[in-house]
Amino acid sequence: MEQYLAVLIFLFAGIGLVLFTFFFSRLIRPANPYKAKNQNYECAEKPIGDSWIKFNNRFYIFALIFVVFDVEAVFLFPWAVAFGRLGLYALIEMIIFIVILIFGLFYAWKRGVLKWV
Amino acid sequence: MEITGIFKYLYELLQSTGLPQVLVDIIALASAAVMIFGVLAVIALFLVWWERKVSAHIQQRFGPMRTGWHGWRQTIADAVKLLQKEDITPSTVDRPVFFWAPVIAFVAAFMVYVTIPFGDGLIVSDLNIGILFIIAITTFTIISLLMAGWGSNNKYALLGGMRSAAQVVSYEVPMVVSVLAVIVFAGSLSMVDIVQSQAKIYKWYFFRLPFGPIAFFTYIIAATAETNRTPFDLPEAEQELVAGFNVEYSGMKFAMFFLAEFVNMFTVSAIGATLFFGGWQGPLLPSWVWFLVKTFALVFVLMWFRWTYPRLRVDQLMEFSWKFLLPVSFANLILAGWMKYSGWFNW
Repeated sequence: MEQYLAVLIFLFAGIGLVLFTFFFSRLIRPANPYKAKNQNYECAEKPIGDSWIKFNNRFYIFALIFVVFDVEAVFLFPWAVAFGRLGLYALIEMIIFIVILIFGLFYAWKRGVLKWV
Repeated sequence: MEITGIFKYLYELLQSTGLPQVLVDIIALASAAVMIFGVLAVIALFLVWWERKVSAHIQQRFGPMRTGWHGWRQTIADAVKLLQKEDITPSTVDRPVFFWAPVIAFVAAFMVYVTIPFGDGLIVSDLNIGILFIIAITTFTIISLLMAGWGSNNKYALLGGMRSAAQVVSYEVPMVVSVLAVIVFAGSLSMVDIVQSQAKIYKWYFFRLPFGPIAFFTYIIAATAETNRTPFDLPEAEQELVAGFNVEYSGMKFAMFFLAEFVNMFTVSAIGATLFFGGWQGPLLPSWVWFLVKTFALVFVLMWFRWTYPRLRVDQLMEFSWKFLLPVSFANLILAGWMKYSGWFNW
């Protein structure tokens, strides 16, 4: 576990360094907020309405497919590391696994899910 | 004296003070973190200057010339200026989300350097899950993009954030799979092991035909998209989205996004150099020089892309990833497995 101490330290050090930079810049920068300056930017017009709206969320489908393939990658990592010791059996197993997932991708493709317009 | 020798000496000096071992490790790692932060800041400043020079010379201009030799002091002045800029937080934003987005963006870019080998022995911690850790941490960028896009309460930021997240998510998968092809050959996730398995130039994974070049090209394309650079810079398309997800940010918060972007650019090039071009290995020169030479060569390729290819349309961008890169990288993974099994190029 000692290797992973570095990860923890880097997490806190990273956050600390960024917050310190913010703090340091706060000491030397001007601060003069007023109402017009604090408006949202919308090409110098007054902002119309809120941006927290029901958004056309095409992203959702892609996120779902991404999760499928990322979970697949989680399975592929141990396979890739141990592959040298496993031989032909592992290769065929993995080809079957990949082909099933590619088949799923083609299904999504034919259903027109992968269109972004 | 070699650089590793200096670090070893400092570490022993720290140990000789008689502090408990855990405390010694924590102090050593914290100073390593601060040092890497400094190195990254210098690299980012250099990259900003270099990008301006490369862009200028590709367009037959000179770029910054007045401040110092070929304008080398320009980006330092820019950084000082950014530090003094007023930090405007619009009154309608979601404050905590707005505040933490740049922090997460930078920390995600920064934590990767725990396990990037800068040279022979110049690695903070040789994690046994090295490359998997790097891929996992860089994925956190998506969260910061969505936070910035949603938290800003701005239409451009929302559109830009959504687009960036969709793009990063789409290109993540081909990138991971092309990396997997290398791991099949290396048989280890540790970055040091991967470098050591390519000791001679003919052992570089790029030269293991035919899987190596295919894996590298899918990797570099996906990496360009991951770092939101032209021709995949739709999230920041100035002409339609102003600046994308960071439109409401100013001052140091904007600088953090900017810094994270350039650090990410260096990171993907460093990983590319490590996985495909033998990392720090090379004759005569010290190992860290070789690492930097290879990495900056790849950074230059990314800059070269920017001034060579026009920007893609958003639907072309998504279809290119899912309908071309992903099947190709999977086919390449199977090919790599078969090559490893049959012993082809497997010296």
